[in-house]
Amino acid sequence: MTVQELPGAAAYRPTPPPAWKPLTDPAPLLPDPEPYRVLGTDAAADADPELLLRLYAELVRGRRYNTQATALTKQGRLAVYPSSTGQEACEIAAALVLEERDWLFPSYRDTLAAVARGLDPVEALTLLRGDRHTGYDPREHRIAPLCTPLATQLPHAVGLAHAARLKGDDVVALAMVGDGGTSEGDFHEALNFAAVWKAPVVFLVQNNGFAISVPLAKQTAAPSLAHKAVGYGMPGRLVDGNDAAAVHQVLSEAVERARSGGGPTLVEAITYRMDAHTNADDATRYRGDSEVEAWRAHDPVQLMERELTGRGLLGADGIEEARTAAERMAAGLRERMNADPVLDPMDLFTHVYAEQTTQLREQAARLRVELDAENEQHGTDDGGAGR
Amino acid sequence: MTTAAATAGERTAKAKPATMAQALGRALRDSMAQDPSVHVLGEDVGTLGGVFRITDGLAKEFGEDRCTDTPLAEAGILGAAVGMAMYGLRPVVEMQFDAFAYPAFEQLISHVAKMRNRTAGAMPLPITVRVPYGGGIGGVEHHSDSSEAYYMATPGLHVVTPATVDDAYGLLRASIASDDPVVFLEPKRLYWSKAAWSPHAPAPVEPIGRAVVRRPGRSATLITYGPSLPVCMEAAQAAVEEGWDLEVVDLRSLVPFDDETVAASVRRTGRAVVVHESTGFGGPGGEIAARITERCFHHLEAPVLRVAGFDIPYPPPMQERHHLPGVDRVLDAVARLQWEAEH
Ligand SMILES: Cc1ncc(C[n+]2csc(CCOP(=O)(O)OP(=O)(O)O)c2C)c(N)n1
Repeated sequence: MTVQELPGAAAYRPTPPPAWKPLTDPAPLLPDPEPYRVLGTDAAADADPELLLRLYAELVRGRRYNTQATALTKQGRLAVYPSSTGQEACEIAAALVLEERDWLFPSYRDTLAAVARGLDPVEALTLLRGDRHTGYDPREHRIAPLCTPLATQLPHAVGLAHAARLKGDDVVALAMVGDGGTSEGDFHEALNFAAVWKAPVVFLVQNNGFAISVPLAKQTAAPSLAHKAVGYGMPGRLVDGNDAAAVHQVLSEAVERARSGGGPTLVEAITYRMDAHTNADDATRYRGDSEVEAWRAHDPVQLMERELTGRGLLGADGIEEARTAAERMAAGLRERMNADPVLDPMDLFTHVYAEQTTQLREQAARLRVELDAENEQHGTDDGGAGR
Repeated sequence: MTTAAATAGERTAKAKPATMAQALGRALRDSMAQDPSVHVLGEDVGTLGGVFRITDGLAKEFGEDRCTDTPLAEAGILGAAVGMAMYGLRPVVEMQFDAFAYPAFEQLISHVAKMRNRTAGAMPLPITVRVPYGGGIGGVEHHSDSSEAYYMATPGLHVVTPATVDDAYGLLRASIASDDPVVFLEPKRLYWSKAAWSPHAPAPVEPIGRAVVRRPGRSATLITYGPSLPVCMEAAQAAVEEGWDLEVVDLRSLVPFDDETVAASVRRTGRAVVVHESTGFGGPGGEIAARITERCFHHLEAPVLRVAGFDIPYPPPMQERHHLPGVDRVLDAVARLQWEAEH
């Protein structure tokens, strides 16, 4: 069938659209193509030696914390532990970059960041041990509950930062998320809100290569996760996530920007999860040893140690001192985790509502009777407490 | 459904112990082999075979286009499944854990459940949404929700849940074959429960929508499903000593609901207890008790009782045994059925 030209069609010219220009110039928002590095570069000479030494001590302690927590899963003292071994530089930098008044919004993998921020290591582990969902008061430490559903904490961080700014407080929220989590709708909504509201938030994506078994290439087709920032109208920054000094510096700039009213930043830290997803996961199903080995040569603790020893800032004594402190922390953690937590089953009803409902009071009374019967049977008299 | 009807003799000859997880995997495999339009998608379902290994081997056998590791986005997974079904495929979606299906609720409630209705029947959506649900496996926060009431409250969805190895296979095959969307709830704590089962000659099972009497009895009926079935079977066994002959009804399908089997049983026994681990208030038991009362009022010798989880957010694993209804709580309710004697 031939198409009949409509009369006058040849004369038709589309009207040009009215003048259009982008809201923002995207150029300054784009991440550099190479992840930012400090260690092993000239930038290291300008870095504050005291900060580097502090980062080093925390990295050593953090590594020890990870190995200790993993060991506790093998001894049945911890139900599950998603290790951040290999990712300590991100965890430590995220914790150290914040002021006391700032807020941290960790994901379920970020126990170490919470501990590095000063949280009691045992309180930080209750979720994973299985005795309490959140073993600390988030307001007291300004650490939101470790978040298990992925990316859902990101909008919370935006809301909190926004509220703080409305109140006139110069508080910054730093929210952590994995590469997999960036695919969730909540990630998109959080970034969009943050940018539109110019909320004082820093988003830290720990790109550790995998979401459980799924590699980054199946998660996104973007040039980098940092590139995603541009579409929302915020700067994206790429950083070597195993270089604690670099992560600290990039996050500092982002925090500074947020605090001074410059709005949010998306930071992508390129790192690697050395252990399996959790102790329950079999990583050999989806990745080869050679890949893991290649990353071992880029270990965050070693990187810092080499930098510091190479520049004469750290000697055998200093290394020894850091390791001793880490061992002390590990021994304390071991000891305290070996004690059975004392639990009161009646607590199940305590914090459901501000005021207990009639139904819950009835149910609590029923449980009380059951526990009393149980105790009578076992001849115990601990009021139903214990494991 | 189980097609080649094997004789009971053939089945016992070939049967070996199998777990519910294996039967589910086999049902997926057989459905995919039989019907090229069946596609599996979700987080970690490919290379890893799913965190519970239900989809193990499917990507290898059928290729990554038929068993696909998706980006980590439940709304996206289910939303994409809607589009795939609109174009003639039969998607089987895996939600990794009960509480991680919530981001997909918008797609489920607004689209999956309503598409047939919205399009006056022109566009049914044959989607199966597999959701591992319930507690009892020591999972940390957000890994133990019983979300069946949310699904049951949404017209347009079938909601089924197997409690036996045979049903795991048969109900999943039926769900995938169904032209309606099915929320297929997998009781995680029964994944490793075993029964003699033959993948080559699976037992025929009742179709979606029928309840099954798992244990006949005369003095009262326990009505249950999924993870609570073994609890009720054990309770029925234990109650014999106290002179109770309990009938146990396994619902298997919450929507559609088998009023006939349930009412017939309660009319026989005159007493009923509904048992499930999801919360009692606003939970499935309320609906079931109301239906029984409506149909069996004159046959009832006691009020229909409910044994459910407490009305609390799912507790941390170290406390979950206090929350989950066990044999004692069921027996306690049975004892309370001697109602007329007390009042
Ligand atoms: C909404 C939601 N869906 C699924 C899960 C199950 N899950 C837990 S961790 C994980 C992978 C997360 O990957 P990523 O975001 O890259 O973080 P990483 O584990 O690498 O730190 C998945 C799928 C979840 N926790 N929440």
